[in-house]
Amino acid sequence: MKYGVALLSALEALRGNPMRSFLTMLGIMIGVASVMAMMAISEGAARQVDAQISALGANNLTVRPGSSQRGGRSGGAGGATPFTDDTITDLRNEPYALAVTARINGAGTVVAGETNWSTNIYGVNADYFISQDWDAKEGRILDVTEIASGDTVAVIGNTIAETLFDGSSALGQRIRVNNVPLTVVGVLETKGQSNFGSDRDDVIVIPIVTARNRVLGGHPTTPDYVSNIEVSVTPGYDMTRAQDELEERLRIIRRIRPGKEDDFRVFNIADFIRARSSTQATFGILLAFTAAVSLIVGGVGVMNIMLVSVTERTREIGLRMAIGARSQDILGQFLFEALGLCLIGGIIGSMLGVGAAELASKLGDFPVNISPFIALVSIGASVLVGLFFGFFPARRAARLNPIEALRHD
Amino acid sequence: MLTATHTTPLISCRDVTKTYVMGTQKVHALRGVNLTFERGEMTAIMGPSGSGKSTLMNLIGALDVPTSGVLEINGNNLAKMRPNDLADLRNETIGFVFQQFNLLGRSSALTNVRLPLRYSRTPIADINARAAECLEMVGLGDRMDHRPMQLSGGQQQRVAIARALAGSPSLILADEPTGALDTKTSEDIMALLTGLGAQGITVIIVTHEQEVADYAARRIHFRDGQIEFDERSGT
Repeated sequence: MKYGVALLSALEALRGNPMRSFLTMLGIMIGVASVMAMMAISEGAARQVDAQISALGANNLTVRPGSSQRGGRSGGAGGATPFTDDTITDLRNEPYALAVTARINGAGTVVAGETNWSTNIYGVNADYFISQDWDAKEGRILDVTEIASGDTVAVIGNTIAETLFDGSSALGQRIRVNNVPLTVVGVLETKGQSNFGSDRDDVIVIPIVTARNRVLGGHPTTPDYVSNIEVSVTPGYDMTRAQDELEERLRIIRRIRPGKEDDFRVFNIADFIRARSSTQATFGILLAFTAAVSLIVGGVGVMNIMLVSVTERTREIGLRMAIGARSQDILGQFLFEALGLCLIGGIIGSMLGVGAAELASKLGDFPVNISPFIALVSIGASVLVGLFFGFFPARRAARLNPIEALRHD
Repeated sequence: MLTATHTTPLISCRDVTKTYVMGTQKVHALRGVNLTFERGEMTAIMGPSGSGKSTLMNLIGALDVPTSGVLEINGNNLAKMRPNDLADLRNETIGFVFQQFNLLGRSSALTNVRLPLRYSRTPIADINARAAECLEMVGLGDRMDHRPMQLSGGQQQRVAIARALAGSPSLILADEPTGALDTKTSEDIMALLTGLGAQGITVIIVTHEQEVADYAARRIHFRDGQIEFDERSGT
């Protein structure tokens, strides 16, 4: 095939009938634009889920006490014996445990000068900052000695720093949390909203011992209680296996006999988010499918116009054959014409797609992700459509008998 | 492709037949034709419609192959050629001139003449010069950028002749070349075609007009798929 003449003839034909070319492209444009917008939207949703998962810190398994079982009566969530410092020490020896966080949660009022504020109070051990992948943006995080000896120190979240100190440095300031005076040693990096809508920077983090002994108060039966454990799993270690082994270990620690139910629960929060996002993914696939259908409809439009074009130009085809065009040359010419329609339509359509995605993200307030890859896939899809729907008309042209074609009127 | 020496005839037909099947009926368009055409000869082919003259034109134009018999153009046996070889033969050896000109309406005269060169092995750099040269030859050197719509019928046919000449063919096949033209213009076109014969190009014209046929040194009449008579003037 002589590509030059095929391409040139195709371009001349497209230019010669601009209105028709544009209307035919319109179908492709709309198809490509919708494919592109849908891909950008579902990709954006997927990115958001990934971001939420990574914001949870490393690969963490959360352990909470379950319900107690006494004489067939269920004690409700959290009713079982709490975990203790010994549980933490024990779990640190597990092969998959990168860090084991002990935490007790509470709420309280913080007062600094004239301002007071209700907030979350976390009593933690040093591993907390590892498992949350959380560092101080000013000052420092709590050190091991402060935690072990129960010093009256605190690190505060960004929201607290802004609310209580409003611009001026919080470092070294005295605050009162539930009437216990504490010294601020650090302000934590901003984490933003959590996955469930709460403000993760609205928090005061203090040594777990301080929390137990002074700020939040102890447990009636277990002085060294721990309400939450978070186990960070060593990278590369299989999460499911780690979760199984952790459950197994906890059964031994808590002396649960075979056949009895666990009195604790182990969650992998990433799993919750993934489960929730799978609905979104299904929806995204459905949308992309609908968009693909519109692209195919555009392709049928191209085929239709190409068939008209072949019929209209039968004499021209006959002439080209008479003066020496091989049938591949004719095939190429009409294939290029269909490809040209789809490629130009695809490029304009992908620009419209970017616009549509941006608009959707503004109006619908959901994240979109427009990447060169998506544009390439959309334009590639339209080129495939051009090849597929252009081939039949082009083959029809290439198979014309030159004698009959020359006689056509 | 074989290249024949200049002593062999450009075209030779031996017992050429062509049969079309229309439904269940067989139409014998040519019933055993023996003919040779020498280089530089100008021939008119005449005959009523259905006599087989158009069928012969299609065969000589390498647009079709015979049902039986041997048809050689420049030493190439058409029956043994594949479609792509036939296309190349048409491109390199034959130039067509049609009654309705068959120009590309949206393209300039120059672009129309370039068309066969684009399908040939001619280097792209030489195409424009060759096309322009051919337009000069037919006296349209000053009309190269005109589209067919902006040209008279005679001028359009000149563009078509320039297009036929572009590939430096050995053979020009003209199918009723003056059928759409007035008498004066027809005379000009026929003079142009006659001049080509003097340059060593074989010119074969299909016509039903005696005045046109009179330009040719040789006139072949067809009837019912056979040669009725084959006459030469002046010899």
